[in-house]
Amino acid sequence: MVKDFIHPYIPNGIKQTKDEMLKRIGSKTIEDLYSCIPEHLRIEGRLDIPEAISSELELKQHVEAILNENITCAEYTNFLGAGCYDHYVPAICDEINSRSEFLTAYSGDTYSDLGKNQALFEYGSLMGELLDMDVVAFPTYDGGQALNTSIRMSHRITGRKQMIVPETMSKGLLMQVREYNYFMEIDFVAVDEKSGQINLQDLESKISDQTACVVIENPSYLGHIDRQGEVIGKIAHKHEAVFIVYVDPSSLGILEPPINYGADIVCGELQPLGIHMGYGTGMGGIIASKDEDAFIMNFPNHFYHIYENEKGERGFARALNERTSYAKRDDGVEFLGTNVGLWAITAAVYLSLLGPKGMYELGENIIYKSNYARRVLGQVKGLKILYPDSNSFKEFVVNFDDSKKTVTQINKQLLERKIFGGKDLSREFPWLGQSALYCVTEKTSKQDIERLGEALDEIINNK
Amino acid sequence: MGRKAKLRNFHAAKWDEPIIFELSEPGQRGILYPKVDEELKDEFGEIENLIPEGMKREKAPALPELAQPQVLRHYLRLSQQTLGQDLVIDIGLGTCTMKYSPKINEQFVRNPKVSELHPLQDTETTQGILRIMYEFEQMMKAISGMDAFSFQPGGGAMGIYANASVMKKYHEDRGEGDQRTEVITTILSHPINAAAPKTKGFKVINLMPTETGFPSIEALKAVVSERTAGIFLTNPEDTGIFNPVVKEFVDIVHEAGGLCVYDMADYNGLFGIARAKEAGVDMCQFNLHKAFSSPHGCMGPACGAQGVKQELARFLPVPTVGFDGEKYYLDYDRPDSIGKVRKFYGVIAAVIRAYAWVLALGPDGLKEVAEVAILNNNYMMKRMLEEVRGISLSWENVPERLEQARYSWQKLKEDTGVTIADINRRAVDYGLQSFFPSHHPFIIPEPYTPEPTESYSKADIDEYVEIFKKIAEEAYTNPELVKSAPHRSTISKVYDNLVTDPKDLMVTWRAYCKKRPMESKTESPN
Repeated sequence: MVKDFIHPYIPNGIKQTKDEMLKRIGSKTIEDLYSCIPEHLRIEGRLDIPEAISSELELKQHVEAILNENITCAEYTNFLGAGCYDHYVPAICDEINSRSEFLTAYSGDTYSDLGKNQALFEYGSLMGELLDMDVVAFPTYDGGQALNTSIRMSHRITGRKQMIVPETMSKGLLMQVREYNYFMEIDFVAVDEKSGQINLQDLESKISDQTACVVIENPSYLGHIDRQGEVIGKIAHKHEAVFIVYVDPSSLGILEPPINYGADIVCGELQPLGIHMGYGTGMGGIIASKDEDAFIMNFPNHFYHIYENEKGERGFARALNERTSYAKRDDGVEFLGTNVGLWAITAAVYLSLLGPKGMYELGENIIYKSNYARRVLGQVKGLKILYPDSNSFKEFVVNFDDSKKTVTQINKQLLERKIFGGKDLSREFPWLGQSALYCVTEKTSKQDIERLGEALDEIINNK
Repeated sequence: MGRKAKLRNFHAAKWDEPIIFELSEPGQRGILYPKVDEELKDEFGEIENLIPEGMKREKAPALPELAQPQVLRHYLRLSQQTLGQDLVIDIGLGTCTMKYSPKINEQFVRNPKVSELHPLQDTETTQGILRIMYEFEQMMKAISGMDAFSFQPGGGAMGIYANASVMKKYHEDRGEGDQRTEVITTILSHPINAAAPKTKGFKVINLMPTETGFPSIEALKAVVSERTAGIFLTNPEDTGIFNPVVKEFVDIVHEAGGLCVYDMADYNGLFGIARAKEAGVDMCQFNLHKAFSSPHGCMGPACGAQGVKQELARFLPVPTVGFDGEKYYLDYDRPDSIGKVRKFYGVIAAVIRAYAWVLALGPDGLKEVAEVAILNNNYMMKRMLEEVRGISLSWENVPERLEQARYSWQKLKEDTGVTIADINRRAVDYGLQSFFPSHHPFIIPEPYTPEPTESYSKADIDEYVEIFKKIAEEAYTNPELVKSAPHRSTISKVYDNLVTDPKDLMVTWRAYCKKRPMESKTESPN
């Protein structure tokens, strides 16, 4: 029968309230209200889950005791990147994304969520400036899904099924691409052994009138800056294929945006722009295209469009909804769901704070420090920097073959020295031998880099 | 029935806030970065030495330039013009399960012990987070009766997509991939239950409901065949109607060799009462940002927790979390996996919040959540149907609803000419979030789907009902007032559905500056 159940999250647990409500309904018990669920579909007994920790204090103690078992990049020096990046998050990014209004709003419309809609329009607008593009969609789940949709768009536009991707694409990203674009054929274009740059002859030999898209990453997964974008774009366009560039937005204060060397669709990972890593929670997918009907109508994502009324007031609402699966179910473009709105707003705050000069300084910090690290590690006996003939932006590959140690062994020893060494590439790209991908951001200090150099020297050369 | 709710003399925040670009003042800085060490500059020289020719950005991005207080103020003002669940009686957004997201859980995920974790760290250093993922999987197994979970999908839609992927892989594994090309779902289900299987290459059959609110057994039998890959069911449907013969549906599909998937987006009324296992389904997905309290965040980040039975566990996305009795680990050795649907392991913040929420409630608390959600909905339904003019219940001959209900304002429209779009704009004048009508297609005319979750008090529900009583009255006595709404929102009415040609699309400030219509496009299309 009805009884008190007092819990801070459930205001109508009081017996008297329940009784009043049941009386108004005309029912004796709450069970009567769900008598439509037949016995054979009911759970027998209580759920077999832990008993409640209903005091907030004890809950906090319990959960924090578990979380305290983690050791984080705030405690150790981190050189891991490989798709998730340890950038500085300005205080105001967190201030805004913890605002109750933004944190707990959802899919409200033009009037009730005007501020949210304006912030999302501003996300697109700010990203548009960073990318130098007019059409930017609401961001998707992560960079991988942004690339997936870019590839599917190229298929829908060209009707073709072949994609060409660099052989150095991360295996994680590739797993997403294979899963989502399961019906397409993948051809890998080779990269030059010394520079990591796309082998243009190999590209020419693989591209055909069956090619839907040519994909490059810039900077590449292995860190070097692609310098042949314009030529690659021309080769793709000669065959009427779509040229897709997966870009690191933190590079765009100093590096040319892909549209300016011929990209048709630009995608990438949003997380570097003011979003904490959070064990991968912070991922988001940037996706933008040329301002052409065929591209626009092939986005599955929301577009936040700006409107004005006769008073000059501005409203913002989703536009061209008939494209989407929300409007058309299985006849819509791909599928659409809850993505990463809060990260879009966070990235908008980040770009507003940094402005053109901040984005430049960010890029400048990264490229100088990363190149310094590359030089320092290159000087350690037993280490080799791969792809020496290319410039790198924030990541680079260190090879340990001459040290006769594995990356696993080295990283364990670095861990003892409170350093997270670079990502082990030995299983991902066996042809690179014992290699690791090192990442340096604006957060990495010169001293951190020198300490890493010394630690590796100690580990490898027993110094 | 207690004190009568007083209607608020609400007015939304109205800052008349410009677009951030209009606030730009060249030379201002919102944040400074460290100066690059002089030694490094000496070592490498100009930045051009580090960038290949032609790759240095020639023209700086035309981002706005603002000092820090101005950036903060701008976005604070925008936040004030947003009616988040924390601020309002957010009953209107049915199917979205707008419930309280406990603030303590926010502290957990914003703790550097979570926020500063890199996903590729040695698992020696991530035992805490892996333990939570592992323990939450055990909780989800008990809650659903499924045998294994992945938290990788980045939202409910992606959870459904991942289940479609498992379905495809399962049939391919059995050598029936080419034969089993059809997926069945119900027209009332979330559109993703049709769109995600389609994205995975299936042909989709949408079943119409009968007068029961769900499709007939005969209709199902008529479309089930050796081509059937499976069925995607939502129970209860977005209408709040529970399908009591779901087991028969499942048996029919199983007999034909297909798999059955439960979309648990509407789970809030079922905690501790009913679950996927007893319905006999093979897979399901829960939206942790709905029933499990993780905040909706202006549409994500989110998590679609994907649960499957043992025989399908090997197909789940890679990696999964394991425990060897001493240590938690990430298991990448999964040759039959569908692969990856999202980078790394998913939105772990949503997992931590959901874990803490389940812990705070325990087995009795979870059942209380469901029972109060059902009580709230039935109480509100009684009042709505008896006291509000012009509203009716869809499928009136089926009286029972669980945690939400789909109503129709068709009578009000016929009587007054006032539409759901008008009512929705007027609701904002009373401090409400806009309501959710229905997913497409609208099977019910002038639909309206509110969901009073367990987070709302009786007083909240009473206030909510009084507002709709008032709006209905206004529609009958002064329809223009409703049609011309909003009157107390941030802006007045704007015709916000006029773009039909992609050439008119203005989704960036730069596109707006180029394309801004010279003649007014703000007149009514009528």
